[in-house]
Amino acid sequence: MEKETKRVFDVFRAVILLVVGMTAIAARLFSVVRFESIIHEFDPWFNFRATKYLVANGYYKFLNWFDDRTWYPLGRVTGGTLYPGLMVTSGLLHTIFRWLSFPVDIRNICVMLAPGFSALTAIATYLLASEMKNSTAGLYAAAFMGIAPGYISRSVAGSYDNEAIAIFLLMFTFYLWIKSVKVGSVFYGTMTALFYFYMVAAWGGYAFITNMIPLHVFVLCLMGRFSHRIYIAYSSWYALGTLASMQIPFVGFLPIRSSEHMAALGVFGLVQLLAFGMYMRSMISSTNFRYLLFATVGVILIVGFAGIVLLTISGVIAPWGGRFYSFWDTNYARIHIPIIASVAEHQPTAWPMFFFDTHMLVWLAPAGMFFLFSELRDEHVFVIVYAVLGSYFAGVMVRLMLTLTPILCVAGAVAVTTVLEPYLNGDMTEPARAPEPKGSFYKRFSRILDLSAPRYIYQKGIRLLTSMVIGYMLLHFVFHCTWVTQNAYSSPSVVLASARPDGSTFLIDDYREAYYWLRQNTDYNAKVMSWWDYGYQIGGMADRTTLVDNNTWNNTHIATVGKAMSSSEEVAYPILLQHDVDYILVVFGGLIGYSGDDINKFLWMVRISSGIWPDEIQEKNYFTPRGEYKVDAEASPAMRNSLMYKMSYYRFADLLGRNAIDRQRQQLIPNTPIVLDTLEEVFTSENWMIRIYQVKKPDVFGRTPKEARQWKSGIKRTA
Amino acid sequence: MSKRIAKKTAKEPISVSSSSANAPKPTKTPSASLWEQFTGAYAKTDRRLMQIDMFMGFTVVVGIIQFLFVVVAGNYPFNAFLAGFAAAVGQFVLLAALRIQTDPANQGEFSSGPGRAFGDFVLASLVLHGFAYSFIN
Repeated sequence: MEKETKRVFDVFRAVILLVVGMTAIAARLFSVVRFESIIHEFDPWFNFRATKYLVANGYYKFLNWFDDRTWYPLGRVTGGTLYPGLMVTSGLLHTIFRWLSFPVDIRNICVMLAPGFSALTAIATYLLASEMKNSTAGLYAAAFMGIAPGYISRSVAGSYDNEAIAIFLLMFTFYLWIKSVKVGSVFYGTMTALFYFYMVAAWGGYAFITNMIPLHVFVLCLMGRFSHRIYIAYSSWYALGTLASMQIPFVGFLPIRSSEHMAALGVFGLVQLLAFGMYMRSMISSTNFRYLLFATVGVILIVGFAGIVLLTISGVIAPWGGRFYSFWDTNYARIHIPIIASVAEHQPTAWPMFFFDTHMLVWLAPAGMFFLFSELRDEHVFVIVYAVLGSYFAGVMVRLMLTLTPILCVAGAVAVTTVLEPYLNGDMTEPARAPEPKGSFYKRFSRILDLSAPRYIYQKGIRLLTSMVIGYMLLHFVFHCTWVTQNAYSSPSVVLASARPDGSTFLIDDYREAYYWLRQNTDYNAKVMSWWDYGYQIGGMADRTTLVDNNTWNNTHIATVGKAMSSSEEVAYPILLQHDVDYILVVFGGLIGYSGDDINKFLWMVRISSGIWPDEIQEKNYFTPRGEYKVDAEASPAMRNSLMYKMSYYRFADLLGRNAIDRQRQQLIPNTPIVLDTLEEVFTSENWMIRIYQVKKPDVFGRTPKEARQWKSGIKRTA
Repeated sequence: MSKRIAKKTAKEPISVSSSSANAPKPTKTPSASLWEQFTGAYAKTDRRLMQIDMFMGFTVVVGIIQFLFVVVAGNYPFNAFLAGFAAAVGQFVLLAALRIQTDPANQGEFSSGPGRAFGDFVLASLVLHGFAYSFIN
């Protein structure tokens, strides 16, 4: 009987997990249903392009790929500067499907990869939460993880980014780690290392694991919980994982050089010492041991500290990375590295985002942590440390909500299970009432808080009420998640949707229209200049050479483009010629009120280029004397003469006449015609969102562009 | 700070190891020098553990030789050095893990037996040397 019940429960669990996985996939399909099977946003376009290259040319060519169609004229050692995990995964899936004779297109694999892996993430979360409490908590955690918007934001169908597989790897690596701490076996340590390796191959966020595991071990050591199991788990993970992570060309020698990896190394050393100490303790008397201890600790502290200082000063250890500093000081990036600050997902998180992305987990997770605290096994320490660290990092950077969400799901699931357990216990017969505890208030109170003893509620009314309240909360969570997913996270941002006055949807497809125009009407080797945001999309959709792209590895090159955009035609023209620019692409949202356009990003271009040329480009020149950012008649001369302004508003007044109001900034554009000497408008998309200009070739008679234009339009030479 | 950790953590395992046969009787020779006491206790160690100790000693020697080579002759193929050194360190800690798991004194701590420990050890070593081999060239 007992065995049979267990089997029934196993089947139930499997079915529930399956349904959770299917729900997780289904929730992420809004974007495909609403729009189409298309790669989203910016970075995914590069990943998609790289995957196509991998599928077409094979793994070794992919690893040695030098891409001369980006970062013109520098090119990019793409094979050595990317995390290949994502591309290899989808390439492998593609091969497997082909082998099984399913003729599936690589694009569809790329689009569906993130939803598919999110189902696996739910299962990994189930495993992790099961280790924390029981499989009921695991199922709750899996369900939360499947639909939590904080994770969906990065894994809807079409968002083909590293995070798509990385969160699964993160959770599974952590699960294996917890398992190896619990069991203390080299096998699980090895598996942790292998999945850590996969994680390193997939996402730069692997550093989170690199620091999280040592921190867990360190906290356990401080709590006096060091044991042989921890030694085995940690050393086998570190020894194998570090060597494995160095196999990825992009990571290379970082694990022994960069400061981000030093914590792991330090804890590795500490663990060795502690284990050695434990061994010696069992071999020699305590007096002798004390001598040994003092001597060893003293020598190690001095030598270690001196060594680290020396290595940092001599430059053997890389200086602390900029992104690392911005973790601690949220203003660091803004002051020192405009290129990092300019990225929207590096901005600090607004507080409502926490509720928006995780809903009830915001208040359930602390409760769950409290319950874990009251038991506090080694693995519970992990959840607590992770949650504290994750909350902090999520507050620093918007994109790190992603790493916080899984642990909120786990802690929230623990809370729900712990609360519901006494109310939903199947046994309804009330046992003989235990004697009311006598004694002080404190004694009675502590008995209430004693969670180790199972206590159940036997009044049907109270049972019903409590379960209904929690059930309602869970239900609301589902509604909230679905609502957020479909409203906030399902837009491909390549195709925009807006509503017509009558309420019907109106698709704005200007991006693809323009990229397709480029693809069809320009030479295959034409060089297209644009702000770096659009580099990946131009490479992926238009298949044309770009000057800068979202990889942003070369700040100077980006600053050069920024300088060309923000200076006058006379200054910009030589830059354009030097870089063989054939076309310039600008995004303009003034006609339809699109906020993500280049005029709104313009200040970042100015800032980044003034970082390199502080004498020529100054941010204050682009503001009105009163310090306002204006594009109307009051706009500053530097603003009005800049290439970006001219390209954006060229003939804008012709379209709307006297009423040329920029709908994004609500400012009236002056009616004076903008004259372009060096550029020629060749394409403007349906809603004027994308405007493409061709750069004129140098005049054959050696005249300046201005003179040539004036001659052509019949104006006599003035001087 | 780490002093306190070491002390605190060291307290816990004594109860496990002191019950074993090879644990020393520190009260007998309170004034014995550290080294004498250690060798005296070590002589009672299981033969198979001694074999592991020898292997561990060997990996330490290999690691030191490689390190000295780098100090003397430079680290030009740095990946080769790293692979070799990491293989030595990795093998050392895997051996240490095997030693801990197969030590009769620690039997209570692990649910799986020494056979399983050896299997894990072989697997982990294969993975380690696979990565080292891939990294060395």
